[in-house]
Amino acid sequence: MVAYIIRRLLYMLAVLFVVSGITFALMHAVPGGPFDKEKKLPAEIQANKEKYYHLDDPLYVQYFSYLSQVIVPRITSEAPTLRTDDDYLVTVPIGIYWFKWMNFGPSYSSRSRTVNDIFRDQLPVSFQLGILALLIAIIIGMPLGIMSALNHNKWPDFMGMSVAIFGVSVPTIVLAPLLVWFFGVTLKWLPPTGWGAKPPFVLGLFPRSLGWDYFKYAILPAFVLGFGSAAIIARLTRASLLQVIREDYIRTARAKGLTEQMVINHHALKNGLIPIVTVIGPLFAGLVTGTFIIELVFGIPGLGKYFVTSISNRDYPVIMGTILLYAVFLVAANLVVDIVYGFLDPRIRYE
Amino acid sequence: MTAKTQPQVKAADQPITVKSQNLWKEALGRLRRNRAAVAGGIIIILLVLTAIFAEQIAPYSYDEQSLANANAVPEWIVKVFPSMKPYAVINNAYPLGADALGRDLFSRIVYGTRVSLAVAFIGPIIALFIGVIYGSVSGFFSGGLDNIMMRIVDVLYAFPGLLFIILLMAFFRTTIAHPPEGSFSYYIGQLDAKFGGLLFIMIGIGLTSWETQARLTRGQVLSTREQEYIVAARTIGVKDRHIMFRHILPNIIGPLIVVETLAIPAYIYTEAFLSFIGLGVNPPTPSWGSMIATGSRALRSYPNQALFPALALAITMFAFNFLGDGLRDALEPRLRGAQE
Repeated sequence: MVAYIIRRLLYMLAVLFVVSGITFALMHAVPGGPFDKEKKLPAEIQANKEKYYHLDDPLYVQYFSYLSQVIVPRITSEAPTLRTDDDYLVTVPIGIYWFKWMNFGPSYSSRSRTVNDIFRDQLPVSFQLGILALLIAIIIGMPLGIMSALNHNKWPDFMGMSVAIFGVSVPTIVLAPLLVWFFGVTLKWLPPTGWGAKPPFVLGLFPRSLGWDYFKYAILPAFVLGFGSAAIIARLTRASLLQVIREDYIRTARAKGLTEQMVINHHALKNGLIPIVTVIGPLFAGLVTGTFIIELVFGIPGLGKYFVTSISNRDYPVIMGTILLYAVFLVAANLVVDIVYGFLDPRIRYE
Repeated sequence: MTAKTQPQVKAADQPITVKSQNLWKEALGRLRRNRAAVAGGIIIILLVLTAIFAEQIAPYSYDEQSLANANAVPEWIVKVFPSMKPYAVINNAYPLGADALGRDLFSRIVYGTRVSLAVAFIGPIIALFIGVIYGSVSGFFSGGLDNIMMRIVDVLYAFPGLLFIILLMAFFRTTIAHPPEGSFSYYIGQLDAKFGGLLFIMIGIGLTSWETQARLTRGQVLSTREQEYIVAARTIGVKDRHIMFRHILPNIIGPLIVVETLAIPAYIYTEAFLSFIGLGVNPPTPSWGSMIATGSRALRSYPNQALFPALALAITMFAFNFLGDGLRDALEPRLRGAQE
């Protein structure tokens, strides 16, 4: 088991290495640099700026120095400064020395902010939105699927599956403006834009208070984001449960004279919900990475907005940072799912 | 199930024959009994007709501006949204109103059908083409090559899909913006401009969506190539290429098509999404996604400008989802899970 996890982690590193390489090559292949502005800078100033950010180095030097800044931890006697190229995500004092790790570099489009600053302030917002959306997806999707399966081919089934197909078919760019217009503009029940939590965040990720002031901003975007996934979960729950219900051990349980409730709760659901776990991982990664359309419509200060603008600004460190971060989310979610799967289904053994 | 579709034997002296049913005929029969799928199919046919006859249906051209009628709305919309009364410019010549540049919304929605349907039909073809070739090569020549090819797919899976396609679009749009005349990218750029920017969207979608297809194809090829008729073909000395395309491919294409049909709404959405964030089709080519984007900026004052393109997009996705589900049930009864 431990060997399996270590092997998977090494494999993850290899994947991230390739992802970073492709992203780096692709973004440098796009013509134009971060300092090519509408109003052309004097050549010396442009050269100076590029020198300051080491953009005049050969590409492979830039790439490997970027990687070493991110991966290699360093221990120095130099106390952390406020310089934008000296901002490490992990900075721990050890005696007179400092342990520094993970420097994602400065943001070219801002003189004072670093990519790590963006991670600290904006990532938690996207993360909270993703978590809430996932919760909504599970809370709506699972009961809907269970209800449909237990009333197979009766009206609750058709109702449930109609809701599901609605969820799959109505995309976020349709649902988001409609709900903003209805609840935000016409009924004025909920604020149409904004987010209810500001940095600093608890543990770097969670809002400080969870009251109505937080949720009134979060309900609409989280619902819009989670609804599509709710439909996927509902369909999968239904299909999986229907399959389980026809298994021999369910017949055995019934034959033993267990109550229907016992059979469903302890025998059918337990086994029927295992496949759902496998989709929750990628679904969560997709939700966290897919937030930027929602952030755009609802004016939420999350990470997604930065990604889209960073591409048009050729803000290389921000592009690299966001893509790597999202890729880490994706691979990590898959790893967690594989491990959890082994616990839920004892038949699966890791060699 | 199948008994119903078999012809009844009329006279006793006739030999009892069962009309041979091929897979597709049987599937079509099953599809026809699925009411939702039929409705989806009819809507898609109507959409195709709309796309073909857009010039005849649309009362205006998609780029015809009349600034005097900017944001004009017909009377019935003011009745539905009474909040617009104080400021609305009423002009009944526009059935669904006009946008901020005074272009007819209805005409633009009609022309927008072309973009969405082009993606819906060409996206799957590209994904199938790349995915099937890649997957079958990988599955057919298993071993080291297979291992490497599948690792590549694994890595591509780790790319956040939407972000990757945004990066690709930025790459295409700017690299091929001002190339030297006569170069390859120049011609590609010309071609893209002719399609209103659609070509790069197709390429982007194709490049980011073939991996699933490749994995599926590989799995199918792996399970099929061990079967007896393939072994038999091998013993009589049929060439690899022939085995692949004559014997294996026709047997596995069914599920591949089903999966691709189910992916069509995702392609339509990707195009709408790209146009929504401004990386999609070039203006003034109308796309529902870009119309929703501009419309939602004026959501407070003119809800109709986002509402109608959004409805068009939702209806189209409904239709393809219904048809896709129906096709899956018809072609692959086993894939239905536990439906009886």
